[in-house]
Formats: sequence, structure tokens, C-alpha cells
Amino acid sequence: MSETYTLYNSTVMEHFMNPRNMGDLKDADGVGEVGAAACGDIMKISLKISNGRIEDARFKTFGCGSAIASSSMATELIKGRTIDEAMNFSNQEVVDALGGLPPVKIHCSVLAEEALKAALEDYVKKHPELAHKSPASETVAA
Amino acid sequence: MRQVYLDHQASTPVLPEVFDAMKPYFTEAFGNASSLHQHGLRVREALKRSRGQMAALINADSAEEIFFTSDGTESANLAIKGVAYANERRGKHLVVSATEHPSVMQSVEFLERQGWTCTRVPVDADGTLQLEALRAAIRPETVLVAVHHVNHDIGTIQPIREVGRVCAETGVPLYVDCEASAGWLPVDVREFGAAMVSFSPHRFYGPKGVGVLYRNKKARLVSVIHGGVQEGGRRAGTENIPAIVGGGMAAEISLTELPRRIAHTATLQSRLWKGLKERIPYIRLNGPEPGPRRISTNLNLSTEFIEGEGQLLLCDLNGIAVASGSSCVSKSLKISHVLAAIGLDHALAQGNIIMTLGMANTVEDVDYTLETFAKIVTKLRGMSPMWDEFQRGVIDSVIAPTGRGKSFSQHAADVSGKAAH
Repeated sequence: MSETYTLYNSTVMEHFMNPRNMGDLKDADGVGEVGAAACGDIMKISLKISNGRIEDARFKTFGCGSAIASSSMATELIKGRTIDEAMNFSNQEVVDALGGLPPVKIHCSVLAEEALKAALEDYVKKHPELAHKSPASETVAA
Repeated sequence: MRQVYLDHQASTPVLPEVFDAMKPYFTEAFGNASSLHQHGLRVREALKRSRGQMAALINADSAEEIFFTSDGTESANLAIKGVAYANERRGKHLVVSATEHPSVMQSVEFLERQGWTCTRVPVDADGTLQLEALRAAIRPETVLVAVHHVNHDIGTIQPIREVGRVCAETGVPLYVDCEASAGWLPVDVREFGAAMVSFSPHRFYGPKGVGVLYRNKKARLVSVIHGGVQEGGRRAGTENIPAIVGGGMAAEISLTELPRRIAHTATLQSRLWKGLKERIPYIRLNGPEPGPRRISTNLNLSTEFIEGEGQLLLCDLNGIAVASGSSCVSKSLKISHVLAAIGLDHALAQGNIIMTLGMANTVEDVDYTLETFAKIVTKLRGMSPMWDEFQRGVIDSVIAPTGRGKSFSQHAADVSGKAAH
């Protein structure tokens, strides 16, 4: 074939083919694993946190191209943010940074947000002094 | 990069001789078959010839039993709704297998919303219709039984002669969807005891835009598309002559090529499945093993711990065209209803890939696919939390249980707070 057509835009395809931050973190400070009831995808995000700031992030994803790209982009975006900033993270940031996702795939970006917030909750649980900042109430449902 | 087309169940290229046969009917022989002048009479001859070619492919008694529609979906709609409406006063009960094509399933659901009832006959773990359950499902008010010849998804060949006998004993007309078999496996309407059979030339090197419905006198049928009196009043609308001509030619070629097609694809199918099993741990074939109970063109695979769309995309980026029944590929976010009907674990349905072979595929294509697919699986497993959790004994394999860890489905439910559908 002379031309190449892609299912997703070039940014999504790039993150799917060459995902950033793929893997696990040794001695992670917070780990979150969530599943999408809608489709069955599963996403895991591990965080390294020091001085209230996300120093490093990794992901592992069982899911489609856009789920892999969403988790890759989400881990890129949150590195360097404070816990407070990360708790306000929205899936829309992932969608925008990826240059858009097909409507039926928006839930993949929501899964990335949920995995990140689950990882932050895990961290907060291990640090009771931060408990009042639990992100649970802020999590937006799909 | 090598290009390997492994989606012949979706469509096939038009053969050069088929294309050549079609060409005059776009330009000089452009007439409408309903016209009474030379232009109309000329294309009427072409229509008649194609009807004969279609009848020969399925061993029908007469070309008059062949009706042209726009595609397989329309044929299925006409078969189901046409018979249901024609027999409304006799009874409003239909019997279908649980693994019919969506065009059959959705037609039935449409009728159910209007007061018809339908029994869906279960299949076993290989997708084979349970004959006793079929027998039990038929009632005095049953007006139609619909069972496909070969499953479009998992390649199971149904015991259609036995189904035909059950229908003959009970006097209920049988509709056999042969979309996944015609052109690749002998279809004999008389042997099947079928009152109706449908198939589409674009599945066997003919063009899109034409479907066929065979109907004998056993099935009363009313039109569902109204207008002129084309197709004996059973299907109004100007006939797509170029597609009908090309389809007829494709049917004629298929009939003579059938033994060669079966031999060629069976060799590749066996090499492909054997190679996949050798190279990839935790892979499963859905449907019967290659042999007399499975069509030679189809492999429906579940690769554990990874999802299907990612596999499909990486195959495509490597020049290999495949399909998937994963929920991520479907616009409804649901797994294939066929995979659900055979009781496949959701985790395995999620990792589904369908490869369908054709005449242009070679041994080299198969070997390239084996090598490439094994790399793709390794790459995606490396990215999958499930693979890692399996290695650590957190979750267990469905395909080859080790006895360690919980099930994938349990784990998925735990992390999503809801059971996977």
C-alpha cells in the first residue's frame, strides 16, 4: 500500500508504539491498579514521591492502543507535580495532550486518571498525616 | 515490508477475470433490467446468467430460486423478517442458534419488539449447535429455524444436515446463513434440506454490493423493501447489474476452484496454528481443532494476559491484517456474542484475534506472521500488569492453570469494583 492510514492520530500512535515510562518502580511510594468495568481494561501506575512531589511515574496496561497511549501520556504529564496538583489531575489533560481520542475511547483517559488517583490514595494511606487530602471525593466517574 | 492479508472473512479482492466481466456493465451495457428496449433486454440476459451461476454454486434446482439483494445483511433481514411477516397468522415463534451473525440476531430482536418470540438454541464449548436443544425448541407455532453453516467468528461447521432433518421432521422451514462458507466449502441446499440460504460474492473474490438469497417453495416470503416488481416482487429496487455479473463469475470460478481452495488454506491453517502453539505459551484456539469440524480458512485465537486491539494494531504496523472480537475493538465495548455463547472467559475474549486465510497467502506469509506475532505478544506482555501478576502468582492462567493465585476475572472485578461483562 502506498499510503498509510492509522486508527488514531499520530500522537496517540506514537505513544502506543513507543510508550514512555512503561514498567514498574522499585520501592514505589504509591501504586494504584484500576479496571474499567465498561471494557475490561486494567491499568497500573506506580509513583515515586519525595518532598510532596512526584519524582517518577511508571505504568503497566492491559488494554487497547488508546489505553496504552493514555497511560503513557498521563505518566509524562504528572512527573514533577505536587501531590495537591496531581490530585486535581483530570482525564481531559490526557485527551488534550494526545490531540484527542475517539469518543468511544475517552474512557481510556478516565482510567488513567483513576489509576493515578488510586496510586496517590495508596501513598496517602501510607502517610496518615496527609489523610485530609484524600482524593477519593474528587474522583470523577466515567 | 511484507503485506499479509489475513482477514478474508471481512472481504476479498475481486479476481481480474471477475473485474473484466463486470466492466462492460458500467459503460456500454448500462441499461435497467426493467426496460423493455434493447438496453434493458441485454442486461436481463446477464441477470439470468448470473442467477444460473449462483444456483450452480449451491446446487439449487432452479435459477428462479435465486434472489439478488444488496449484501448478506439484507439477505438475512429478508429471510427472517420476510418469513415472519408472511406467516404472522400461522405463528409468531422463531428458533435461531445463539451464535448467528448480528444481521440475523438484530432482525430477530427487531421482531421481538413487535410481539414475536424467539428461542436461542445454545452451542457447546466449540460452538456446535446442540441438536437436542434445537429439537426441544421447535413448537407448533414455530415458523422458521435459522442456523448458519459455518460460524463467521470461530469457524465452527454446524451439523447442518442433521439440523435439516430435524426441520424436515417438524415441517419448519430452515434458513442457513452461508456467508462464511460459500466459495470455501461445498454448499448444497438439497443436502442441507434448506428452504433458504444466503451468501455474498465479496467473500469469495467477487464484488461488494450484491448479496444472494436462495429460497425454495417451502418458505413463504414477503418483501421487506417495497417498490417495483424486481426479483419476482420479493425485493424492489434497480438491480446492481455490474456486481451481479461479477458475483456470478466469482461463483462459477469458486465452484471449480473449491477443492484447491480447501487444500491450500487447510495446509496454511495447520502450519499457522501449529507454529503459534509452539512459539507462544498461554494461547488458545477458539472453536474446533483444524479438521472436519472447522472451516479451513479460520483461526480464532485468544492470547492470554494481553488485549486484542493492541495485537491488531501492532500486526497492522507490521503489514499483517487481522481482526479481533475484543470489547476494545467493538464500538459497543462488548466482546463478541459468539465468544460469550461458547462460555469463553472474559479475559480470553479480551485477547481475541481472528486470522482468516485466502488463496494469495503463502507459506512465507505464515512464517512471517508466526515470527512477527510472537514478538508482538512478547512486547504486549511486557507492558501488561496481568502478565507480571501471573509471573508473581497473584493471578492464575485460564488456559493452563497453575493452581496459584486468583482468577483474572476475580482480579478484574476487584480492581474495577464491578464484574466484567
